Amino acid sequence: MSETRTVRFIISRQDSPEAEPYQEEFEVPYRPNMNVISALMEIRRNPVNAKGQESSPITWDMNCLEEVCGACSMVINGKPRQSCSAIVDQLEQPIRLEPMRTFPVIRDLQVDRSRMFDSLKKVKAWIPIDGTYDLGPGPRMPEKKRQWAYELSKCMTCGVCLEACPNVNSNSNFIGPAPLSQVRLFNSHPTGEMHKAERLDAIMGDGGLANCGNSQNCVQSCPKGIPLTTSIAALNRDTAIQSFKNFFGSDQV
Amino acid sequence: MASNREFFNRRLHSLLGVIPVGLFLVQHLVVNHFATGGEESFNKAAHFMESLPFRTFLEIFVIFLPLLFHAIYGIYIAFTAKNNVSRYSFFRNWMFLLQRVTGVITLIFLAWHVWETRIAAAFGADVNFDMMESILSNPFMVAFYVIGVVSAIFHFANGLWSFAVSWGITVSPRSQLISTYVTLVIFIALSIVGIRAIFAFV
Repeated sequence: MSETRTVRFIISRQDSPEAEPYQEEFEVPYRPNMNVISALMEIRRNPVNAKGQESSPITWDMNCLEEVCGACSMVINGKPRQSCSAIVDQLEQPIRLEPMRTFPVIRDLQVDRSRMFDSLKKVKAWIPIDGTYDLGPGPRMPEKKRQWAYELSKCMTCGVCLEACPNVNSNSNFIGPAPLSQVRLFNSHPTGEMHKAERLDAIMGDGGLANCGNSQNCVQSCPKGIPLTTSIAALNRDTAIQSFKNFFGSDQV
Repeated sequence: MASNREFFNRRLHSLLGVIPVGLFLVQHLVVNHFATGGEESFNKAAHFMESLPFRTFLEIFVIFLPLLFHAIYGIYIAFTAKNNVSRYSFFRNWMFLLQRVTGVITLIFLAWHVWETRIAAAFGADVNFDMMESILSNPFMVAFYVIGVVSAIFHFANGLWSFAVSWGITVSPRSQLISTYVTLVIFIALSIVGIRAIFAFV
């Protein structure tokens, strides 16, 4: 009967950043409509593995539980995605959970996504409006453009695109698709546009835009459907123009 | 330039792959195709190419230096990728992997091909129909040449696609899709030209 139904999980665990990863299996009692996070919470409540041995609760990150914060990303059955929106009924069992190893693993399924936030700082992914006096309202943005920009602004820095990208790895310092698309977002904002050249120069540095190898895994994997490869191609055009400007010269800023 | 050397190198790598290396490949395949017209027609075409004025200059600056840069930097690019087609078996990811695989195959083939023909010529051998006929009398070499030539053509055709993206020519998904078809046609057409030339010597 439904009381006896269980869901099997094979979880890749690791006790510390340097420790060897190992796999542990868990059987979790089935409940209708459960997601991966609710299963992890169930294991936390009763940390006994499938062999009946006492284990430790799994460590993972989570926050919003509605697929807008990006914190709970992990590799579920081989695909990087958010564990909050991963519904058990829609997954093949046993469900395999792994951390996104493109990032440093802190413990079990928890990873350190700091490099993404550092990248956002590097590319100046913001609109500078602070000053010593009120600068007044900025230029208006056409509604149609706002709707378009909204799609790019859905990025939650979850790290799925970096996990899927073959060029983001320990051999390369590629910044990855997410921060690049943010450059396009902020460069198209009427006030953000005033700092367009600075952002383009930042992504023309080492580990920047040019490291993209066009595997286009990012756009296929993005949970928010952000047109990442269109952003990258558009920036390829912008940086081509910017590099000609920089080299052939114009003293205009 | 110091701070964005990588940007410059990657763009240069992309450009050199098309101009002049890609153009040279097309020209070379077209000249080889004279072989389908018989021994005399091939020898005439080969002799014309050999007797071009400023030959050494052209070879160094139009072929060898751009090719060396493209090859060496390309190896570096190929080996910094961590391929993941088993997990993400999307079409473009396969093309990404094949671009790197065919690049390495092409380099191995070219090293052998240049040794066997151009360097042999520098030591006094005559590059003509007979030379190719004797090389391709070995079935193993026929297979090696077919694989090498098709790899080079694939690498060129798919490279054209990524050239268009890397320089911001094809930005929209639709333009990228259409350029996939266009480069596919280029791949098939040049492959026919290349393979016909190889089998003209067999």
